[in-house]
Amino acid sequence: MSFPLLTATAALPAVGAVATAAVPAARRTAAKWLALAFSLGTLALAATILVRFDPGGARYQLTESHSWIAAFGVRYELGVDGIAVALIGLTALLVPFVMLAGWHDADPLETGSRRWRPTQGFFALILALEAMVILSFEATDVFLFYIFFEAMLIPLYFLIGGFGDRAHERGEKAASTQRSYAAVKFLLYNLAGGLIMLAAVIGLYVVAGSFSLTEIAQARADGSLRMATGVERWLFLGFFFAFAVKAPLWPLHTWLPNAMQESTAPVAVLITAVVDKVGTFAMLRFCLQLFPEASTWATPVVLVLALISIIYGALLAVGQRDIKRLIAYASISHFGFIIMGIFAMTSQGQSGATLYMVNHGLSTAVLMLIAGFLISRRGSRLIADYGGVQKVAPVLAGTFLIGSLATLSLPGLAPFVSEFLVLVGTFTRYPAIGIAATLGIVLAALYTLVLYQRTMTGPVRKEVSAMPDLRVRELVVVAPLIVLLIFLGVYPKPVTDIVNPAVQQTMSDVHQTDPKPEVEAAK
Amino acid sequence: MNPVNYLYLAALLFTIGATGVLIRRNAIVLFMCIELMLNACNLALVAFSRMHGNLDGQIVAFFTMVVAAAEVVVGLAIIVSLFRSRHSASVDDASLMKL
Amino acid sequence: MIALLIAAPLLGAAVLLVGGRRLDAVGHWIGTLLASASFVIGLVLFADLLGREAEQRTVVQHLFSWIPVAGFQADVAFRLDQLSMTFVLLITGVGSLIHVYSIGYMEHDERRRRFFGYLNLFLAAMLLLVLADNYLLLYFGWEGVGLASYLLIGFWQHKPSAATAAKKAFLVNRVGDMGLSIAIMLMFLTFGSFAFEPVLSQVGDTSEGRLTAIGLMLLLAACGKSAQVPLQSWLGDAMEGPTPVSALIHAATMVTAGVYLIVRSGAIFNAAPDAQLAVTVVGAVTLLFGAVVGCAKDDIKKALAASTMSQIGYMMLAAGLGPLGYVFAIMHLVTHGFFKAGLFLGAGSVMHGMNDEVDMRKYGGLRRYMPVTFVTFGLGYLAIIGFPGLSGFFSKDKIIEAAFAKGGTEGWILGGVALLGAAVTAFYMTRVMLMTFFGEERWRDRAEASGQAAATPHESPGVMTIPMIVLAVGSVFGGAFFSIGDRFLHWLEPVTGHSEGHPPVGAWAVTAATVVCLLIGVAVAWAQYGRRPVPAVAPRGSLLTRAARRDLFQDDFNHVVLVRGGEHLTRSLVYVDHTLVDGVVNGAAASVGGLSGRMRRLQNGFARSYAVSMFGGAALLVAATLLMRAV
Repeated sequence: MSFPLLTATAALPAVGAVATAAVPAARRTAAKWLALAFSLGTLALAATILVRFDPGGARYQLTESHSWIAAFGVRYELGVDGIAVALIGLTALLVPFVMLAGWHDADPLETGSRRWRPTQGFFALILALEAMVILSFEATDVFLFYIFFEAMLIPLYFLIGGFGDRAHERGEKAASTQRSYAAVKFLLYNLAGGLIMLAAVIGLYVVAGSFSLTEIAQARADGSLRMATGVERWLFLGFFFAFAVKAPLWPLHTWLPNAMQESTAPVAVLITAVVDKVGTFAMLRFCLQLFPEASTWATPVVLVLALISIIYGALLAVGQRDIKRLIAYASISHFGFIIMGIFAMTSQGQSGATLYMVNHGLSTAVLMLIAGFLISRRGSRLIADYGGVQKVAPVLAGTFLIGSLATLSLPGLAPFVSEFLVLVGTFTRYPAIGIAATLGIVLAALYTLVLYQRTMTGPVRKEVSAMPDLRVRELVVVAPLIVLLIFLGVYPKPVTDIVNPAVQQTMSDVHQTDPKPEVEAAK
Repeated sequence: MNPVNYLYLAALLFTIGATGVLIRRNAIVLFMCIELMLNACNLALVAFSRMHGNLDGQIVAFFTMVVAAAEVVVGLAIIVSLFRSRHSASVDDASLMKL
Repeated sequence: MIALLIAAPLLGAAVLLVGGRRLDAVGHWIGTLLASASFVIGLVLFADLLGREAEQRTVVQHLFSWIPVAGFQADVAFRLDQLSMTFVLLITGVGSLIHVYSIGYMEHDERRRRFFGYLNLFLAAMLLLVLADNYLLLYFGWEGVGLASYLLIGFWQHKPSAATAAKKAFLVNRVGDMGLSIAIMLMFLTFGSFAFEPVLSQVGDTSEGRLTAIGLMLLLAACGKSAQVPLQSWLGDAMEGPTPVSALIHAATMVTAGVYLIVRSGAIFNAAPDAQLAVTVVGAVTLLFGAVVGCAKDDIKKALAASTMSQIGYMMLAAGLGPLGYVFAIMHLVTHGFFKAGLFLGAGSVMHGMNDEVDMRKYGGLRRYMPVTFVTFGLGYLAIIGFPGLSGFFSKDKIIEAAFAKGGTEGWILGGVALLGAAVTAFYMTRVMLMTFFGEERWRDRAEASGQAAATPHESPGVMTIPMIVLAVGSVFGGAFFSIGDRFLHWLEPVTGHSEGHPPVGAWAVTAATVVCLLIGVAVAWAQYGRRPVPAVAPRGSLLTRAARRDLFQDDFNHVVLVRGGEHLTRSLVYVDHTLVDGVVNGAAASVGGLSGRMRRLQNGFARSYAVSMFGGAALLVAATLLMRAV
């Protein structure tokens, strides 16, 4: 038997989490380095997956399969397609940067206490979260996926509820109640989605007699498994609801701004850039493959909701006064694009959506982490408390501008490629929705540039006049991400090559082909 | 003698015990009432055993006794420590655990 | 080789922006060197093209596949033909001159290195725009110049007005970009491609309605970038940027990208007369709009900006005429690039000598103090008003002829508008000239009023005047050089196509009318500003003047409808999100909480009451069992 690479990739951070948590309270720095080493090791394993994965090969590769709960036919089945490989790569890549960015975020405020170990906890929780996210990208057994889909709420709940903005914490008691409100809201909201999905998972087992994604999809494709239309639709809705909460799709989005606002910037990055991607990824993998007819049936409604997300998220971003909330609403707008691309049912749309997941992860990471650096310097999240930062901290302002430009999808930076693909893919099938979605382009420019203008330009405010520029550690976090944004904006081929075959498979699962150009169709 | 009479006695004892639990406040009395109810059950079990001619009821009665003995140990300990801390054996005074 | 054209300034931008403070001392030289390198490469390529047959002057270089997705091919590929070559030379030539000028102009700015980095970035993006072989890559350059323009307008970011102007320019451009992206999507839907070759050659296979839609979307894009009505409002504010930027980006090159787009997509417009008509209408309206606004502005740069708008209106008008006008649109674009860049550099030189004063009412009589600036600016002035023999005369006259040649009522209206525009141009440019270089020395009053000794205006250093002289030479001889023997026509015709126009009246009559109009304009201006002293404080003026000062209320309209309306919309949406969408969620949570609060009351802490409920439950169970038995 070959080396279980996928299990190892998920197991390494899990082991790392335990090891980090076990480090004694006094050895705080050692714990940080240990956690970083484990996350880098995971990155190396993820890179190995990337190398070993053959885009032209079988659909699911590096598969592992073991019997687990034989009574219910639950198996421990792992396997990756191109989409999963891309997202595992993104996750493994972001975690070390996120750790570096949050290097001091969890240092205990008073050093006296010997038993309390927040630092160890913070880094261990991040590693635990990484393990679960990676497993949910790898699982090809519906039940196995469900377990990790839900289990990742646990570390995230503690990350949101336990660690907030340092600057806010000092002296403000209200901050901690706000934070626990956000954490509980996040947990309950996602649990509700998960419970509905659990019902649908059980329903699927009753109908299909198996939890294996590959088996069911195969049976659905060759016609040996038929579902009554009503049953399929209900099951689809059960799955979709959970994913739409996680993604988040309008109107199920309200947990995200609270959660992102209250958590530290690195955790906020983990939420939007990594965890939420599980939702959109699962739409592509589970909703479309398991319920192709119901997916086509739901397409118009989903597209309209996605369109509302795009416009609504952008408009609300314009109206925000809090930097992190603004980025959260911008993310809601971007998730609208991703979901729109998935359900446009064209290869441009779906390739674009997958690419968008990766690119959005990178661009939000840049923007959010720098916003975090900014906030930690000034001790305020309010846009109105800043002004003229570019004069005192030009590198910080410059990188922030690049992050903003990536968010508004400027050509040359990665998000443009994916956004345009999504728009084109949607437009060829649903022109009206495609045109309406381009409004998002203008609104994105509005909210990012307003943010930049109010915080970075203008006369220097007294409170920011002593603000230090980016430190070396912070630059190490930001610079590689920016380089990657530029590289993937000019040469996205490495990613599209991996993603395209998987998208073609999905397209054939839902029995869709791209519309032909009108000129050719006429001939 | 008709075994049914034992059942009547068991019902009477159980009712006395139940009434005691409902109306008395003293923890010790309450406790004795509960014991009374348990023993009423035991009596009924043995009576049924006799009526139906198999030994299952008697075996269960033994189990009940064992459990009751264990319960007495724990219960009396709780009552004693309660009395020590509050100088009262009234169950109505011990309501700290409610929300 | 073509890629090198772009690579040189791109390298410059990367080095200057990443390099940090270490390069502060040499940054401007690196920037200028790489811009000139690009120009030299352009010249080599030009020589190469000249050496070929007219039909073989299109070179396509395919670099790599940009976005490979099933059914969607976007490549990084360049197309060098006569049209893009013309632009390359204009961009790199004027660009290099302005780099040189900026060495002097920005000398005292601590962020000069960045400035050159941005300028190089702009050159790279602009070259990408004109060299791209497909619309998506063009879009890349299109947004790239938008970014460079944003950075440069807001270069003095510490001024809130500059930051606001930069943001406004980017946003208004984004509205236009929306048009371009929709046009690209329409092309993809229709032709399955957005490369020039397949799109433009298959125009005949689709319906006119579809082409009109594409054309109108392209026009929207052009309006945004070229500051045409209704998206013109950003250009005036863009003058917040340093003057070399205004000269390069907001006069000579970037703002003409819209004209390039329309001429490049000529095949589409030729097959969609309605879209073409829209282009001419936009051009004609902007031509008058800009001219009227230009008459009222006291800020020298804003007056020149309005004039740019108006001159681009001429180009759009010409481009909308189809094969009649494409060549002349581009010709006017090139000559305009010379004289408008020269005028802006002159304005910059004046400001440089006057401590950054921009109000022309505080100038006056500067010809004695700044002779070189006066002469170069004067030559540019003669060129823009179309003084016979100078370059503006040749190019503008051709456009007016072509407008008449469109024929029918339309031809008369368009020709009339163009003639009227020529007269107004002559008026406002004469006004600028008189207020700046002639008349009383009004700057003395100001200095005396503030109690200081009048700082005497001084001529700019050679590094600034030499580019101005070069551009002045271009504005004098460019037109004649292009027109004699129809050189420019023969050069460009294979790409754009050309049909000879026949005005209803003779060509000489049109020329005569143009000259008369121009003389009238000059005379009126002289009567108003030359004979009488210019008041140092602007008089109230007529209704039209006041309207023109406020850009004909366009900004007020935008402010009330878009800004205020948008604010109300977002504010109410924030409220809705909080109370309605989140309210439902929190409401559900609260009702569950309320319910559990009620249930909690049952836990009253009395052991006996728990016992009662136990007995009750047991009794219920027994009763239910008995009942089931009985049934």
